[in-house]
Amino acid sequence: MQWFEYARPGTVDEAVRLLSEHGEKACVLAGGTDILVQLRGGFRAAEWVIDVKEIPALDEIAWDEASGLTIGAAVPCYRIYEDEDVKKLYPGLIDVASLIGGTQIQGRASLGGNLCNAAPSADAVPIMIALEASCRIAGTNGERTVAVEDFCTAPGKNVLAAGELLVSLHFPAPKANSGAHYLRFIPRNEMDIAVAGAGVSVVLDNGNFTSARVALASVAPTSLFVKQAGDALAGQPVSDESIQRAADIAKQAAKPIDDMRGTVRYRKHLCEVLTRRALHVAVERARRNN
Amino acid sequence: MSEQSYEPNMVLSTKEFDVVGKRPLRHDGVDKVTGRAIYGADVSMAGLMHGAVLRSPHAHARIKSIDTSKAEAHPEVRAVVTSTDFVDPGDKAVDLGEGLTRLSYIRNNVLALDKVLYRGHAVAAVAAASLHDALEALKLIEVEYDLLPPVLTAPDAMKEDAPLLHENLRMTEFGRPTDKVSNVSDHFRHEKGDIEQGFAEADLIVEREFDTSTVHQGYIEPHNTTALWNNDDRIHIWTSTQGPFTIRDTTAAILDKPVSQVRVTPTEIGGGFGGKIPVYIDPVAALLSNKSGHPVKIVMSRAEVLEGTGPTPGSHLKIKMGVKSDGTMMAAQAWLAYEAGAYPGAMVVPGGMCVFAAYDIPNVTIDGYDVVVNKPSTAAYRAPGATNAAFATESVVNEIAEKLGIDPLDLRLKNASKEGTRRADGPKFPRIGCLEVIEAMKNHPHYSAPLEGPNRGRGVAVGFWFNAGLPSACNIAVNPDGTITLVEGSPDIGGTRTSVAMQAAEVLGLPAEKVSPSVVDTDSVGFTAVTGGSRVTFSTGLAAIEAARDVREQMIQRAAKIWGVESDGVEFRKGVFHLKNGTENRMTFSELAAQIATTGDPIVGRAGVNPPGVGGSFSGNIVDVEVDPETGKVTILRFTAFQDAGKAIHPSYVEGQMQGGSVQGIGWALNEEYFMNAEGKMMNSSLLDYRMPTSLDLPMIDTVIIEVANPGHPFGARGVGEANIVPPPAALANAINNAVGVAMNRLPMNPVAVMGAIWEKNGATD
Repeated sequence: MQWFEYARPGTVDEAVRLLSEHGEKACVLAGGTDILVQLRGGFRAAEWVIDVKEIPALDEIAWDEASGLTIGAAVPCYRIYEDEDVKKLYPGLIDVASLIGGTQIQGRASLGGNLCNAAPSADAVPIMIALEASCRIAGTNGERTVAVEDFCTAPGKNVLAAGELLVSLHFPAPKANSGAHYLRFIPRNEMDIAVAGAGVSVVLDNGNFTSARVALASVAPTSLFVKQAGDALAGQPVSDESIQRAADIAKQAAKPIDDMRGTVRYRKHLCEVLTRRALHVAVERARRNN
Repeated sequence: MSEQSYEPNMVLSTKEFDVVGKRPLRHDGVDKVTGRAIYGADVSMAGLMHGAVLRSPHAHARIKSIDTSKAEAHPEVRAVVTSTDFVDPGDKAVDLGEGLTRLSYIRNNVLALDKVLYRGHAVAAVAAASLHDALEALKLIEVEYDLLPPVLTAPDAMKEDAPLLHENLRMTEFGRPTDKVSNVSDHFRHEKGDIEQGFAEADLIVEREFDTSTVHQGYIEPHNTTALWNNDDRIHIWTSTQGPFTIRDTTAAILDKPVSQVRVTPTEIGGGFGGKIPVYIDPVAALLSNKSGHPVKIVMSRAEVLEGTGPTPGSHLKIKMGVKSDGTMMAAQAWLAYEAGAYPGAMVVPGGMCVFAAYDIPNVTIDGYDVVVNKPSTAAYRAPGATNAAFATESVVNEIAEKLGIDPLDLRLKNASKEGTRRADGPKFPRIGCLEVIEAMKNHPHYSAPLEGPNRGRGVAVGFWFNAGLPSACNIAVNPDGTITLVEGSPDIGGTRTSVAMQAAEVLGLPAEKVSPSVVDTDSVGFTAVTGGSRVTFSTGLAAIEAARDVREQMIQRAAKIWGVESDGVEFRKGVFHLKNGTENRMTFSELAAQIATTGDPIVGRAGVNPPGVGGSFSGNIVDVEVDPETGKVTILRFTAFQDAGKAIHPSYVEGQMQGGSVQGIGWALNEEYFMNAEGKMMNSSLLDYRMPTSLDLPMIDTVIIEVANPGHPFGARGVGEANIVPPPAALANAINNAVGVAMNRLPMNPVAVMGAIWEKNGATD
């Protein structure tokens, strides 16, 4: 691990100024659960580490019916799964906030960090895609908004330009009769990286799917939004057959690699299993929301 | 897991003692739970420099040149060393407790001379004012390599045209040297009876092939060392080791110094399991200290531990067994090829000793091959070699039981080894507990408990480890307050401070709390072999018993002197000295201890032992699993471990050993492996992807201690540290087979492998 300078800006503007000044030599520290490991392991080098936890906009959870849920990019997981509004309205987010790392990691790790780290296996990203989340990004030229599914561009890479900062994640208010679930497969029961994962959301109406969204983890260079799987459910009756068709589409869409965590064949197979199982849970949750 | 109506931990005891068999508080407990115990990474002293090791990025390459000049010019660097800084050992061979080994192999493993033989092989080392500076300086060392093709498995390495790791390695065959240059360093054979005749007389023959992956012991504390090469040429080393005398002797041999010039202090140890017997960084730190004039500390990272220290061998095995239709075993044949890693010394010899040890079979042939491959040089791991072998044998035994329609435990009972059974490798068993372990399994409520629900299965397996004796020394001093201090040379990796202290306490009629045990450095106690082979409670325990008897004898003499009688007129019962003639003269141990200073010389007991009466230990598992047929994931529902402890000196520690060994066996069975790419790079050299089980992956491990006294020990103790890791992979394979009908021939049985076997069974193509 190399020596680095540390800065803790108190405002978004100050953070943006530091990031644009130091460009590629700077990295952002929120919970640090990825960055510190990468710096210590020599997988990443930084001359400046910019700690953004003290910036109010990155540290807040806010909910109102009109605009939905806003989660600051540095809000740690434990605050998400302890939040009453999130517990009631976004059980799919609770799935991932309580699943990433262990208890200690959840005291630091954030959804924003999980997204910016842009790992293909990121657990939080598929469910955020399923929940139609968007990213509020600040930069020297003001703010812009990017859909979560468009944020990651390659393993470890994202759309943030030099001097840009992810401020918060925004989730639209849940629709009536909707449900979501994230399911991942790991060989152990904790402290592991997804071999594959499926984040899904559904909206029901009288025994039919109104709409659905499916996104997959660990089977493509970035979290994979499988739009066609959700589209295939829209207007269909809620049944084992329709869910199976969507799961098969997810399996076909997956583009995994062989590595130490699984083979191509196994991962594609898991996409079918996990999508099917996750959709069943999401349907149950949607029915309970009636 | 439903309600349990059985006793989770039971001791099937045969004999009671005053202290032995009780569960006193551990002597090291307070230091451990308060964080005050001093581990190697805690060692600090004035002028300390920090060392770091440069490691090969290639699995097989010739070193063309090493240029250290830029690192040496770094302002914070105090010393840089390479293999040429060691004295050339020539052809010298040394015996470091595990038979003769070429000193050059040890030296070249510690720092590579002309070739690197695995990724992670140490090449050079640096000492600097801070660890960060040392790590930066490593980047300034320029090494030129000529890449060679790596060979990564025993079957590949045994091919005629395989790339050779050592151009001068000639195979030893059947105990004799040959001219054959090969990656096979040794081929041995054990024979008993007439194997052809045995198979001819069999009604059923089952033959299968198995593979097991390289796995690491996974001790939580990485290797560390601090060395001070003093101005008088005496070298003091503080290190985490199972064998301080082994470190002393090896380091002295590599540095070409007399052993008396090296002093090794074993710090508290965070696990070893056999992996902390070899020498890695100690002589390197010593060289750096000599060059820099400072004490130098080196602490490995986790990746260095996984890539640069000895895991246990991967293996390729073939087992063929023939039985009569009534289950009588007629013949058994084993072909064992174990991967030694970079240098000869795979654990195939003990594998051959254990492969059929549980069974009394008239006709046996065992062939063993010790094969070098481009992976880290392997080390011992808890019953080394036996787990691989039992996975194969016990899987075949279960298949035989299934095919004959015989209960798998009845089949084992029918053929179980007993006192007088001769193993194919020679020894005739003394009193052993093989039958008793299998009977306890059969009688346990777990074996008859209903197992309902789809995709659930139950498996059984047994295992054996022969255990070791070897030298141990012990000194005991009597304090005026009636306590004793006990000094031993066995690092405590499994509770042996307490189990050794309890044996001295039993002899002297004292509670365990009145013994203060210390593990001391190599200048402060007589020669003591490694903490390994489950030998400490047996062997160092015996030294403590002998030393305590020495104390008792001297105390009797002192009481006689005080009472003015001959010493044969005094006897010692339950901690009290009496006159035999029936008068009322009596003194407790404490009362006499208080008078020692005023009545004569201090009382010091001492013993050195190299005991012959080692008792081997048998173990067994019953395990219930549920397999997810859509993902191949195995969930363990219930696990019961059985083991013959001879006499459980401290039953809680025995249970801890049984649970720990079971968990390591479960990890080996289900997920652990060195995942190598084609270039020989370990792709999972972190604890994230080297998947040891977490607490959430395990059920409670229930234990049943069986006590079949070892006649070679005064209290009947057998070593219990190892046999418990042997059965889990086979028991789990059998349970998986029982659950979903797939025979697993490869470890680990991870979800990908189990799913693959299910697909194959179902004829699925996609």
